[in-house]
Amino acid sequence: MPNLLQAATSQVGRKFLTGLTGVFLVLFIIFHLGGNLAIFGEPDAMNRYSMTLHELGPLLWFARIGLLAVFLIHAWIGISIWIKKKKARPNKYEVYSSKGGPSKQSLSSRSMAFTGIVLLIFVILHVNTFALGDTGTVMIDGKETHDIKTLVIDTFQNSAGYAFGYAFVMLLLGTHLGHGIWSAFTSLGMKSKKLSAAMYTIGGILAVVFAVGFLFIPLYIYFGGGCEAALIQCQ
Amino acid sequence: MSTSLMTIHLKIWRQKNAEDKGGFHDYTLDNVNEHMSFLEMLDVLNEKLIMEGIDPVEFDYDCREGICGSCNLVINGRAHGPKHKTAACQLHMRNYNDGDTIVIEPPRAAAFPVIKDLVVDRSAFDRIIEAGGYVSVNTGQAPEANLIPVKKKVADEAFDYATCIGCGACVAACPNSSASLFTGAKLAHLNSLPQGQTEREERTLAMVEQMEKEGFGDCSNFAECEAVCPVGISISAIAQMRRDYMKALV
Repeated sequence: MPNLLQAATSQVGRKFLTGLTGVFLVLFIIFHLGGNLAIFGEPDAMNRYSMTLHELGPLLWFARIGLLAVFLIHAWIGISIWIKKKKARPNKYEVYSSKGGPSKQSLSSRSMAFTGIVLLIFVILHVNTFALGDTGTVMIDGKETHDIKTLVIDTFQNSAGYAFGYAFVMLLLGTHLGHGIWSAFTSLGMKSKKLSAAMYTIGGILAVVFAVGFLFIPLYIYFGGGCEAALIQCQ
Repeated sequence: MSTSLMTIHLKIWRQKNAEDKGGFHDYTLDNVNEHMSFLEMLDVLNEKLIMEGIDPVEFDYDCREGICGSCNLVINGRAHGPKHKTAACQLHMRNYNDGDTIVIEPPRAAAFPVIKDLVVDRSAFDRIIEAGGYVSVNTGQAPEANLIPVKKKVADEAFDYATCIGCGACVAACPNSSASLFTGAKLAHLNSLPQGQTEREERTLAMVEQMEKEGFGDCSNFAECEAVCPVGISISAIAQMRRDYMKALV
């Protein structure tokens, strides 16, 4: 009987953990997108959302550390699978092609390592820009809180690099999730052929929804002129 | 039956032994009969090579009727060639056109070292089976076959997984060289039947461990293995293996 560490680092254990952490990360993405879309709500909706999160205090730190751990486990296993792949086939094929049919080989599945590594680098830069960024303050309900909304608008309105860079990375996120969502459930033991086929379609649709949802915001701010844009109300 | 004859250009991996670096050699065969099987075409090539005093191309085969799993050739980048649910020995030259070039390679994986030319050592699969691919039975007289009731659905599923012929096409085609479909099929077969329950947990843990020891890569759910499997085993087998592994731990 393997101990917990041996089990977790076995081929099946690694895949199970990748799937489990993947599902958590997708839940986080849904949560994050919800927060982002608050930019189109009431003038103070986004900052109020940010304030509510900060008011969680130690619970927020617990969530942050948990999320970081989930993210690092997912990335570490993904990268180790990719490295091991080269060891498992030292001599490449002269000609290689997919047989199609039930195969799930696609741009999405074949680029998981690449899109994953780009997302890893992106998340570090993204946290540095916004979560650790230098925000001004704003008064909500008589309390002083971070003015994250102004930082977001200023960043994307004044920099084509940020706006297009973010949009491009969000396309890669969609590409990663196109295979990733279905694959996560398969790694967790999704066996039914009918459920698997349905999940592949649902995963693909969700991937498009997330990518479009996230990339719309920077591009809309850049082209719409920030606070001048029709859908954004500033205080 | 009308017969058309073709000229086929072949680009075949030649490697003297495990230590040899190996490389591609080009051959051209005229008058290839469209009704020939792929292996018969290679037989004709070898007859020609022997007549010319050249070492014939080594390739694995046994039954030539798609049930033994010996003939795992990678043909134009696809394990067992272009057709679904078809072993290389059941592939016919009518699937090719006059003047086509066909590239033939051995299955490539660190766990399947080349012995010679297109023949690889697949004993890694045997060691996975040895680790737990068996059931314990009482000695003495054979038990009455109908004594243990098995649901039709379970029997059918177990049979589907039992059709795995261990050809290794799953490993050959997997971008990660994973043996998850083979191991998953063997586990799902034995683990789903009442006779396989005694060693279910030990079997699952041991076979998964052995699979890793042999140097096969991880599964990334590409499902290419299902696409190339000559008997069409579903990746549901891999999902079942994951369930069984997690259950065995708790």
